[in-house]
Amino acid sequence: MATNINLDDILTRYPEEEASLIEILHDIQAAHRHLPRETMKTVAEYTGVPLSRVTAVATFYSAFSFEPKGETVIKICMGTACHVKGANLIKGEAERKLGIKAGQTTKDGKFTLEVVNCVGACAMAPLVIQNEQYYGKFKPVDLDKLLRTGE
Amino acid sequence: MKLTLDTFHKFQKEQAARLEGRKAITVCCGTSCRAKGGLDVASAIQTKLKDAGLDENAVELTQTGCHGWCEMGPIVTVEPEGTFYQQVKVEDADAIVASYTKGNAEEKLLYRDPTTRQRVASYHAIPFYAGQTRWALRNVGRVDPANINDSIARGSYVALNRALTSMTPEGVLNEVAEAKLRGRGGGGFDAGRKWRSAAKAPGFPKYIICNGDEGDPGAFMDRTIMEGDPHGVLEGMILAAFAVGSNQGYIYVRQEYPLAVEHLRQAIKDAHAMGLLGDNILGTEFSFDVRIARGGGAFVCGESSALMRSIEGKVGEPRAKYVHATDKGLNDKPTVLNNVETYVNVPLIVEKGSQWFANTGTDKSKGTKAFSVVGKVLHSGLIEVPMGTTLRELIFDIAGGIPGKNRQFKAVQTGGPSGGCLPEKMLDLPVDFDSLADNGSMMGSGGLIVMDDRNCIVDVARYFVHFLVEESCGKCVPCREGLRHLLDVLERITQGKGKMSDLDTIERLCDVLENGSLCALGKSAANPVRSTLRYFRKEYEEHINEHFCKAGVCPALCTYKINDQCTGCTLCAKVCPTHCISGSRKEKHVIDQAKCIQCGSCFDVCNFNAIDILGSNG
Repeated sequence: MATNINLDDILTRYPEEEASLIEILHDIQAAHRHLPRETMKTVAEYTGVPLSRVTAVATFYSAFSFEPKGETVIKICMGTACHVKGANLIKGEAERKLGIKAGQTTKDGKFTLEVVNCVGACAMAPLVIQNEQYYGKFKPVDLDKLLRTGE
Repeated sequence: MKLTLDTFHKFQKEQAARLEGRKAITVCCGTSCRAKGGLDVASAIQTKLKDAGLDENAVELTQTGCHGWCEMGPIVTVEPEGTFYQQVKVEDADAIVASYTKGNAEEKLLYRDPTTRQRVASYHAIPFYAGQTRWALRNVGRVDPANINDSIARGSYVALNRALTSMTPEGVLNEVAEAKLRGRGGGGFDAGRKWRSAAKAPGFPKYIICNGDEGDPGAFMDRTIMEGDPHGVLEGMILAAFAVGSNQGYIYVRQEYPLAVEHLRQAIKDAHAMGLLGDNILGTEFSFDVRIARGGGAFVCGESSALMRSIEGKVGEPRAKYVHATDKGLNDKPTVLNNVETYVNVPLIVEKGSQWFANTGTDKSKGTKAFSVVGKVLHSGLIEVPMGTTLRELIFDIAGGIPGKNRQFKAVQTGGPSGGCLPEKMLDLPVDFDSLADNGSMMGSGGLIVMDDRNCIVDVARYFVHFLVEESCGKCVPCREGLRHLLDVLERITQGKGKMSDLDTIERLCDVLENGSLCALGKSAANPVRSTLRYFRKEYEEHINEHFCKAGVCPALCTYKINDQCTGCTLCAKVCPTHCISGSRKEKHVIDQAKCIQCGSCFDVCNFNAIDILGSNG
């Protein structure tokens, strides 16, 4: 895991101003797969935004999370095209098979299950994304295979 | 090399000549084709070309943006012939290169017309493309988005050069106003009027913002344009900046679109290097720069005032609209905010004139509109047509209608969570900004989600309300609380616990949302519910009174049973995710109702009509 990425390297990519806040949070999230709480104070000082407001921004946007994510992140697209083609069933089956709800991580830290509101690949609906790999025309029965390869 | 007004013309002609007769094999590397292995196909073809001794002087291999017919990906074309290969696999690279060297087409990869059973060799002869008018998508799929010379060859920045050579800012404003260009993001506001207000407003700096936060689920026009023709977007923004007197622009892109961010970043860098962006554009006094701001996965940030807060680094909450962004927008300075597709139309208007643009379309909606036609249609993808084209032409003539021989069209959902569902009798409506709004829906940004009789209309209403509950920012009470109550009622109905009086409650809650919400998210949230109740009231009543979801979607209100037509083919047992179908080969199968989750996978694969959808009591 890329936890050794230097926070200063990320901060210096952007000017010291409030407008840089979201971009900085994106880069930290990408480097650590979550926002380590201890970095928030430094970000607040750098951007000149009070820590309370940094926390407000970090919790408002769904792209950010204070909880570390699992080794394999399974995202189920819940866009309308995916919905009319049965995304809800895929979500239900995934929750049943993993024993967690969407938004949670398995106890062993292997899987995080997420839902996403449309990634704009609607012609492939229903769509499941495992890490960055897209699987189109997905059927609930395909989950068995997907969860095996994720292990 | 930085271009100037003097050198641009010659450079553009050279590039156009290079592209004119070039021999090229193009591979679609848009998001969908990539997901299906487009990049691997490209490198396989590259290797085979090398093996055949064909270098880049003999034939260029180009990676393009999305062709829009994502169903058929990965797509490969051969130019200048325009040969169109579909569903290409890595193994096909050999055959493609072999037939290229022989000068013919690889028959088995060509599209086969389902009615005539004939293979169609050329792009333009395929009904999916022949029925389209591609203006906003003019360069998408045609150019390598990472190569600015390709875009210039196809005419990018010609309009900019023209504007800076022979037009005043006022002249550009007039052209856009006279073309009656309306905002493509859904609002349909007159772009010329917006630009003029910002130009007149006191205050400096002024900002140009491109809204690439395409949040409507089921819509991907803007993603495709940003990925496939980033220079078209930039040129539109530069022209807007020139007209309004701005030096700084932002493109706000959804973080779910990483490829769009990558291609826009490259385009900005390339445009800088050529003197088309930054200080002293094309050697003139005019300077303008563009930065990218990534969204954070919040639907409400597609709303203009929330989007601007987000660029400022704040929580994306909207504010009341009595203050216009053109007076006080980003950082409280005059701001023009338009959608991706709106900007990409601007160079066309400046180059070809407002009259030319306004000749296409309907009385009040000029030009063309790109739609993403998805859901239960044969050819899902992006379709651009003149305003005023009917829903029937879009869905049936171009997108090929409903797949599955036993399935029937039920409804088309337009305008995302702010729009509504229209039934079959509305299919002959000409689509423009006003006609759909008059009938309880809206054109919106252009997502058309087609549904068949296997989709439950109450469930669709519940889906949109659930979506909006999750995405409401929570600032105003009618939206935050009203949507929760609406969801409660709809969930009750889909669980078989509804009462007829619930339908009145729904109407009342819709009134509150419409009248009391602060921003468009809440104000339009009633549309998906109201329109389904208006056109499909019977289905709501069946759920409430008969405890029956005849589409077989609401688990509490349906059961699946196998009838005597079953031939024992075992297909249903293979697709059942809970393995609850049993039976020997060639004998009637049985569903274990205790384990069945009512997913309908068995129903969808059965070739013998051997599965019935019954009410909750069987």
